[in-house]
Amino acid sequence: MIMTKRRFPIPTRKTIRRREIPPLVTRRQLRRNKGALLSLAFFVILVAIAILAPVLAPYDPLAVAVEEQLLPPSSEHWAGTDLFGRDIFSRLLFGARVSLLVGVAAVAIASVPGLILGLIAGYNGRWIDGIIMRVMDMMLAFPGILLALSIVALLGPGLPNAMIAVGIAGIPNYTRLVRGSVLVTKRKQFVRAARAVGCRGWRIVFRHILPNIFAPVLILATLDMAWAILSASSLSFLGLGAQPPAPEWGAMLNEGRGYLRQAPWITAAPGLAIMLTVLSVNLLGDGLRDALDPRIRTRT
Amino acid sequence: MITSIPVLWGVTTLVFLMMHLLPGDPAELMLAESGGSFQSMAQLRHQLGLDDPVYVQYGRFLASALRGDLGRSIFTNRPVTQTVLEQLPHTVQLSVAAMMVAVTIGTALGIAAALNRNTWVDSACVTIAVAGASMPIFWSGVLLILLFSSLLHWLPATGQGSLKHLIMPAIVLGLASSGAIARLVRSSMLEVLSQEYITAARSKGLSERLVVCRHALKNALIPVITVMGLQFGYLLGGTVITETIFSRQGLGRLVVDAILWKDFPIVQGTVLLAAAVYTVVNLLIDISYAIIDPRIRYD
Repeated sequence: MIMTKRRFPIPTRKTIRRREIPPLVTRRQLRRNKGALLSLAFFVILVAIAILAPVLAPYDPLAVAVEEQLLPPSSEHWAGTDLFGRDIFSRLLFGARVSLLVGVAAVAIASVPGLILGLIAGYNGRWIDGIIMRVMDMMLAFPGILLALSIVALLGPGLPNAMIAVGIAGIPNYTRLVRGSVLVTKRKQFVRAARAVGCRGWRIVFRHILPNIFAPVLILATLDMAWAILSASSLSFLGLGAQPPAPEWGAMLNEGRGYLRQAPWITAAPGLAIMLTVLSVNLLGDGLRDALDPRIRTRT
Repeated sequence: MITSIPVLWGVTTLVFLMMHLLPGDPAELMLAESGGSFQSMAQLRHQLGLDDPVYVQYGRFLASALRGDLGRSIFTNRPVTQTVLEQLPHTVQLSVAAMMVAVTIGTALGIAAALNRNTWVDSACVTIAVAGASMPIFWSGVLLILLFSSLLHWLPATGQGSLKHLIMPAIVLGLASSGAIARLVRSSMLEVLSQEYITAARSKGLSERLVVCRHALKNALIPVITVMGLQFGYLLGGTVITETIFSRQGLGRLVVDAILWKDFPIVQGTVLLAAAVYTVVNLLIDISYAIIDPRIRYD
């Protein structure tokens, strides 16, 4: 008997699963939001620049050349040079690495404990919820940057400490969001059904609840990344984050402050870089929120 | 009012825990600067009471804080409460001025965007709002100094004392905060404009100006009051950078200098006071919310 290939294959467990999971953001949604699309493109380019900085940078970002100090932008030095004759364009490219690393690390430091605490508080309820949420309320009573500042005060100035400080200051936002989402989700029928068939607590939390609260956490993480980049560069500007001669945008801007009239390019370039990066991440976060939260989409 | 007391107690406890449980012993850090010996460190720890059990230190800290005594500055030896309270009016002045700028710009942008929904005006207003929120305060501050002080000589770059000195810092800080207000006013205005009472106002022949100003705006601005409380915290934090750029006195500059000099009692006192001010401002906003919107009291 000749075996012919079925035109309509019988659905297997694998194929059904693949079809049942809809994409998080559809192409149509992305295409409709031009700002978010442009931001995504900018962000991808920024990541590429950060990875390829050693290849792309025309000069060593730390190489001092006193005879070339405070040179204006030219064909040799696209963004000019600073007080020590270092090429600002090369420092900008390497600075992208620092800023993205800070953003990702701070979001990880904030989101992982925030997510876990939120899941525990929301799913368990009772006294454990009370304790976790009261501690979060206390943390929220501090303006974010002041909380980060006081943590840096204890840990000491430096980029890793600034990342930790900004990350810790962001924890309560995740805990509150996740707890709220868990409280709504755990009352839904599929969770009750999972409990009825004998699923253990941790399985319900990680297999059934977590995937359903992923969208708001992703939105917060994106918007939080913008805040983290801005806050960490502010700390570096104040001399509490990245230390010289590290090519960090906030620190570079601080170095150029004393030469505003003679060499405005020292401050202009890193300032513009921070603004464009934060703007793109913010617009991307907004785009994600519009795509993933139908309530907001209809309201605005 | 009663709910803010546990928050204030919690804030005090958290500041204490942060200063004692996080790595970084104040005595060790203080001596690291001067290169002191192990023996002098033990002496200093005893002097500061750091060798007592944590609960004894906590009880002592809480009792002193209740009496308004937050210790003495390590470097000036002046009482922390006095030093911090001296700087508070400067920071409050800047924060209030910045809030006025933020509300004015934010409301104007939000209304313009909502009334011209899905047009280029809407896109422009939203872009300005997001760009304002994305612009680092230290960069906009530096740019304004370059333009209005160095090139045009219109405003003084640094210092304080007159209204002229306050204009640039207030604009820089307010602009950063106006984005959040603009977006909220826009979405709140759009929601209000779709309500039935607006349709009723239009159907009885009121002019669009009257519909917007008398009926829509009043209701659309209510959520803005809540966000003003949250933004006040952002502004308080923002004064740290603004005061540094414009060389102004205030809590922000005091805390940065204290961190760089490792003057822990000052850091502790400033952070505590800022958190207390933030909590009280939010409490006042909650109270005013109920006065402005009587529906809250009936709920």
